[in-house]
Amino acid sequence: MYEEGSALSVLLDVKNLVVRFYTQEGTVFAVNGVSFELEEGETLGIVGESGSGKSVSSLALMGLIPSPPGKVESGTVMFEGRDLLTLKPDQMRLIRGKEIAMIFQDPMTSLNPVLTIGTQITESLKLHEGMNTSQSRKRAADLLDMVGIPDAYRRLDDYPHQFSGGMRQRVMIAMGLSCNPKLLIADEPTTALDVTIQAQIIELVKQLKDEFNMAMIWITHDLGVVAGIADRIQVMYGGRIMESGSSHEVFGDSRHPYTEGLLGSLPRLDSSGEEKLTQIEGSPPDMRNEPVGCPFAPRCDIRENLNLEQCWNDRPPLETVPGDGGDGTHVMSCWADIREGVA
Amino acid sequence: MSSQVMTAEKRKSLDESDVILEVTDLKKYFPISAGIVFQRQVGAVRAVDGISFHVIRGETLGLVGESGCGKSTTGRTILQLYRPTEGSVRFEGQELSTMSGNDLRQMRRRMQIIFQDPFASLNPRMTVGSIVSEPLQIHKIYSNKKERQQYVEQLMEKVGLNPYFINRYPHEFSGGQRQRIGIARALALEPSFIVADEPISALDVSIQAQVVNLMEELQDELNLTYLFIAHDLSMVRHICDRVAVMYLGKIVELGPVDEVYDNPQHPYTQALLSAVPVPDPQVEEDRQRIIISGDLPSPSSPPTGCNFNTRCPVRFDLCFEEPDPPLIEARPQHYVSCHRVT
Repeated sequence: MYEEGSALSVLLDVKNLVVRFYTQEGTVFAVNGVSFELEEGETLGIVGESGSGKSVSSLALMGLIPSPPGKVESGTVMFEGRDLLTLKPDQMRLIRGKEIAMIFQDPMTSLNPVLTIGTQITESLKLHEGMNTSQSRKRAADLLDMVGIPDAYRRLDDYPHQFSGGMRQRVMIAMGLSCNPKLLIADEPTTALDVTIQAQIIELVKQLKDEFNMAMIWITHDLGVVAGIADRIQVMYGGRIMESGSSHEVFGDSRHPYTEGLLGSLPRLDSSGEEKLTQIEGSPPDMRNEPVGCPFAPRCDIRENLNLEQCWNDRPPLETVPGDGGDGTHVMSCWADIREGVA
Repeated sequence: MSSQVMTAEKRKSLDESDVILEVTDLKKYFPISAGIVFQRQVGAVRAVDGISFHVIRGETLGLVGESGCGKSTTGRTILQLYRPTEGSVRFEGQELSTMSGNDLRQMRRRMQIIFQDPFASLNPRMTVGSIVSEPLQIHKIYSNKKERQQYVEQLMEKVGLNPYFINRYPHEFSGGQRQRIGIARALALEPSFIVADEPISALDVSIQAQVVNLMEELQDELNLTYLFIAHDLSMVRHICDRVAVMYLGKIVELGPVDEVYDNPQHPYTQALLSAVPVPDPQVEEDRQRIIISGDLPSPSSPPTGCNFNTRCPVRFDLCFEEPDPPLIEARPQHYVSCHRVT
């Protein structure tokens, strides 16, 4: 279906994804043309604030957009030579959980409170791997052991409420990994956890990612978290990609006014905060307005300094940043060159 | 952990002797009851378990720790929203823990709180104007309605809200704007001391800086004192002058913020600080993390000995035998409660 060689290394290829929700309060323009690639074994960090479309775009890949009210309007999601958006529900079910697994933000609500942990982990093993009860229980216990849950075999018969938040997230990870997926999508997996537990989970995922040789999409609003784990960072705002590049490029040489503003508004643990934080004025866009031009235009300093009119009307394309010394993978969507706009 | 040279100088000029709040051996236990007909107490959640500290006028003291460590309970017990089980809270020279009724209500004019969740802490059926002016009505500050409205409009302007919106309802505002309404309400009675209970945790990253900058500006302008409760350690370093680290109802470390962050003495503080991600891949690559295993023990049955002994990487015999290591001054103005530090 696909050629040997370089094309093989691209695991996931998303092109021009558009997702909308038709609600009573009007149409919500959640994702407005998102395109990105993911290579095998790569970790992509998707960063954005609430409403930026980061979670919706990953739910769309999994075919998990509730419809109605949601609808994937256009786009292709090529995964191993197949367009996931055209698959029938029962075909998708064979991929979901097996080829692509997902872990969610809140481990309290994403586990079923009335089923034991064992039942929930063995469900996908029985479905995808055709294991019988004793095989799947043994495998489930191995998985729990692997994610650091002590006394794993006995704990299979425990219910979610008998686990702490961090332990529940470990259970979620064990479930995600149960069928050796090629791609793991983690949607804010540590946001509900305390920092010391977050550090435990991040270490665990890093180590398991190498062991399983998975690709990973890590969705978060915390720039600090992705700095440590992602190979590549994609910054989203208003349902669009603002900037994307290697984590060194995005953090060290950010070129989009939004990325720049976001980094400036973060205090750093490793420096004493004498200077004032630079703030981005205004609030995130109301996604019920049809996107025209650049979504960041109303809050953008650079647009104001350079007095750019086209930002309001024309959507800037996602292009290689000016003067990029690298391989052209550092891209951004902005009409201005930030280096001219900072007076 | 950080290459930053320690900056010992104070950000503000503070009069060390002007103590606005003195908390001594404060305890707050919540009873656990059992029995359907005959309720009896079978235990207690020791949310705050004997803490002492003071706050100097004009400073920002940070109170950090993980969820369940008692930091919010501390804030509320200081304001007497919870009555303390034991211990004393002296605010501007007056003992609050024995005060009640009208006396306490009068004291509340001097101390206010900003809540975490701007969606839950504003009454959805009240307009912004009535939310902000409610404290003025309760304390009968302006008898003239017109004057009161003018003052509310001034307040709204001060916190960066358009006074034109005075008759709007909370749902018409974004999270950041709602938090500004909460701040305006807290400022209405011109307090000298504000407990900010995770004021930015519920906000988007780009909005957090707006609110923090506003709080800093207001502090300079109105000479406010903040008790800033947070779990975002980076923000605490930015905004606070001193920081107290809590674990399971006790303060384990206390000192000037740069001193504590650059030279953490308690193993818990060390682990906590090393766990915080830094938004810089270069730094993250070389960073050594101290991963402490396990979870926070239940505050209803804390471990015997030092509270941290179930997770501590450097524990030894004494930590299991001797409870409550004293808070000793390990370095100038830097207090630590650990058997390892003597």
